Amino acid sequence: MTDLLTIGSYTFTSRLLLGTGKFSDLDIQQQAVDASETEVLTFAVRRLNLDNPDNPNFLERLDLRKYTLLPNTAGAQTAEEAVRIARLAKASGLCDMIKVEVIGDMRTLLPDPIGTLKATEMLVKEGFTVLTYTSDDPLLARRLVEAGAAAVMPAASPIGSGLGLLNPHYLTFILEECAGKVPVIVDAGIGSPADAAEAMELGADAVLLNTAVAGAQNPILMAEAMKLGVLAGRKGYLAGRIAKKRYANASSPMEMLIE
Amino acid sequence: MTLLINGKPCELEARTLADVVAHFNLNERIIVIEHNLDIISRELYGETPVADGDKIEIVHFVGGG
Repeated sequence: MTDLLTIGSYTFTSRLLLGTGKFSDLDIQQQAVDASETEVLTFAVRRLNLDNPDNPNFLERLDLRKYTLLPNTAGAQTAEEAVRIARLAKASGLCDMIKVEVIGDMRTLLPDPIGTLKATEMLVKEGFTVLTYTSDDPLLARRLVEAGAAAVMPAASPIGSGLGLLNPHYLTFILEECAGKVPVIVDAGIGSPADAAEAMELGADAVLLNTAVAGAQNPILMAEAMKLGVLAGRKGYLAGRIAKKRYANASSPMEMLIE
Repeated sequence: MTLLINGKPCELEARTLADVVAHFNLNERIIVIEHNLDIISRELYGETPVADGDKIEIVHFVGGG
């Protein structure tokens, strides 16, 4: 069965997008990327350290034919800063997708809703494929869709927290807002394969995570576990779960009992 | 001449951005350059003159989520 994820003009088989931050070892990182079977990798844009320009760089080791790059605007606190970073990323000639991330608070790393919407509008006008990191606000999700975002990416919980889905109920509202329009990618806060599966079972189109793999005791094994969690959740969603009942409902026949 | 590169004053002799790239040995690297807030495409490095006091950002992709 083909079950493709479409983001703008891109299509993917995998529904797991992987961040590339915080890995302690580039070889382990490559093996984790392989184990995840991801097709989309996120990156940040930063100044090159000119005192040590030859520091090993993960992107420069990657087989770029195998992956779609999703640079982020992390570090931006205004729409204008996000646009500047996005233009720099696009000028690499490697990608036209951008993950808009406009942070409004440094302790929680929650997005600034006004700056997030403004940056999305500006970058859509410039022709970017815009994937927007947002909060669990269904109305902001609606405005992002109206602004032309190619995907809406609500946080499950604060970035890097591993707290999982704090507001699954509002996530279902966001899923309803975006249904038939753009994919919803749960981004940030996923801690375990169960969290990833939960998001997918609710109907999320994909999951983006980083710390849960990079920070695991065995990042390679966790990358595979996340792949399977996403897949299990997706298949569970497509299969359609049973309704919850208050009392038991026997699986074995209650007739023809042996007396 | 003094160029302000990535926020730091750098003393070097350069006529164009291509000289700056060669100075830091970045010809083979995946980088993007912003020159006085304008992004310059790689093909134009050789024809983009630099002058004392110019602000240059040399950026690349690093791990991030």
